[in-house]
Amino acid sequence: MSDTTAPRMRLTVTHELVLLIALFVSLAVLSVTAERFMSVGNLLNQGRLMTEVALVALPMTFIIITAGIDLSVGSMFGLSAIMLGVFWHNLGVPLPAAMALAMLVGTAAGFFNGLLITRLRVPPLIMTLATLALYRGLAEGISQARSVRGYPEWFFVLGQGEMFGVPTQLWILVVAIIIFWIVLTRTTFGRSLYAIGHNETAARYSAIKVDRIKLIIYSLSGFMSGLAGVIFVSRVSTTRSDMGTGLELDVIAAVVLGGTSIFGGVGTIAGTVLGFTLIQLLKNGLALTGVKGDATIVVIGTVLILSILITNFLQHRRGGDG
Amino acid sequence: MAAPEATTALAPTPRRRWVPRIALSQELVLFLAIVALFVVVGAINPRFVAERNLQSIFLGNAYIAVAAIGMSMVIISGNIDISVGSLIGVLATVSGTLAVAGVPIVLSWVIPVLLSIAFTTTMGAMVAYLRIPSIVVSLGFLSILKGGLIVVTGGAWINALPEGFHLAQMKPFGIPMPIYFMVILTIAAALWMRLSATGRSIYAVGGNAEAARLSGISRERTVVKVFAIHGFFVGIAALLYATQLAIIQSTVPPNLELTIITASVVGGVSILGGTGTVVGSTLAAVLLAAIGSSLIFINVSPYWLRAVQGVLILVTVLADMWRRMRQARGRGR
Repeated sequence: MSDTTAPRMRLTVTHELVLLIALFVSLAVLSVTAERFMSVGNLLNQGRLMTEVALVALPMTFIIITAGIDLSVGSMFGLSAIMLGVFWHNLGVPLPAAMALAMLVGTAAGFFNGLLITRLRVPPLIMTLATLALYRGLAEGISQARSVRGYPEWFFVLGQGEMFGVPTQLWILVVAIIIFWIVLTRTTFGRSLYAIGHNETAARYSAIKVDRIKLIIYSLSGFMSGLAGVIFVSRVSTTRSDMGTGLELDVIAAVVLGGTSIFGGVGTIAGTVLGFTLIQLLKNGLALTGVKGDATIVVIGTVLILSILITNFLQHRRGGDG
Repeated sequence: MAAPEATTALAPTPRRRWVPRIALSQELVLFLAIVALFVVVGAINPRFVAERNLQSIFLGNAYIAVAAIGMSMVIISGNIDISVGSLIGVLATVSGTLAVAGVPIVLSWVIPVLLSIAFTTTMGAMVAYLRIPSIVVSLGFLSILKGGLIVVTGGAWINALPEGFHLAQMKPFGIPMPIYFMVILTIAAALWMRLSATGRSIYAVGGNAEAARLSGISRERTVVKVFAIHGFFVGIAALLYATQLAIIQSTVPPNLELTIITASVVGGVSILGGTGTVVGSTLAAVLLAAIGSSLIFINVSPYWLRAVQGVLILVTVLADMWRRMRQARGRGR
């Protein structure tokens, strides 16, 4: 399919196209090599497994487009998960309220990141590195590494149940993707993100409320991490303080693989969706062909570096300055 | 680059600026914090300052200080390396495997260091010439090294290490080897950063890449050099890590890269690039280790350790931002 369109597409080779081709190639290869790979059941289940990373990757795309980064997502994820257990189990808050409070904690954590990044001009990398340690530390300290179990049956609908034959969280993900896509492509807010990433000073002079936008996206990152944390608790039926450790790396890998430039100003939701889908398919497909889990990490690392190299190469050939 | 900055900062009010300058030097603050910590915690629980505990603080963490020297240089140049924890895990395994295989012990020490330099130089070249951001390159390599290590070794432990392999357990003149490495390498690196042309060019590239280019410094070559030197320190750190215990676990120590980056940052290396010293990062590595150890002695659950570390980074960073703001205000108008 890509063969016939290749000559005409040469001028507009985008990172998304490279990814799409990679996606189809891996789908083709994996469906031949792994028998159980190409079944609806398996693919839906993979959707279930990738939702947490995917939900966090959406706001991360926004943040990286503004040339920022949020390393604390895994810790906000873990902190929200722990707080869900604390509110419900230790403080006796009804579970629905506890879920809302847990997401609120995530949002507050993200808001704190955004506040110091905008008010005190702390570089995002360093601010979120500090809170990566701080929020994880709070999760460990508050829980004293004790886990909370015994959630009621209805709670598991979120992470283990289905709606119309599709995993519940996949619906949430689809809605989230659509909202993030519309915001990024169809609103002033979304376009402002690119402006900030390209040239923050210029964006300020163009009367873009840079600080307010940043505050919103970092809070959003906290909220989505909290949401993903709650879904994760529901999926695995327990709460532990080490949940989401290393999540930031998976998320950033998905976003960067999706073509969002770490320098800011470039990136799309479509790319990010392709990024996390490709990573999940590779993980699953390789596992089914008998490759051990750790070898898949190697493949993902290699794919990450190669995809950037290929895109750089194509852009240079076009004479662009990407 | 440093000269005009100093003059403009000193010009308006030389007398008032001099005192807070000295008082707020990151190295001094850290040094006093370490002393205060030992005095206070030692007063609460004398066992904290007992020789055994001091040994475990310094010996067990010297490799972090050594790795933080290289990391500081990388950060000062405006880059970062998050693969360092995985690299140390891989190199330690290589070193142990060579030693067990009967390779002369000196070679089992030297080869990992050379491998490390080759690896980080490659990484530096990708950052410099292919213009891939260092965070992305090192993120990719983090996965490759971490996964690769477990695939190849299956997570098996290496024991039955030959006699004489345990470099970090040696005690020439009664002082443990890791202390020599930590102190000598810190001083050497500090002098080199201050006095050599390459050392200065690292600050220049990190501070203002365009200005550095205009003054004839090659950004590309400087970045490759920084990564190569970083590789040397990572190699030494891996060596100390591999030779301190009787067994080498062929896995990547969890969160090691974060501990190392934290030491650099708390030591006063600005992630914005261009400022910081390696003396600060070594002091910070010691302080972090001492804090971790002190929690046990003052009966605080060790589960709070990470929170304390987080607060510490935050305080350092905020102090740094506050200082910058004041300087900018004093200089600007």
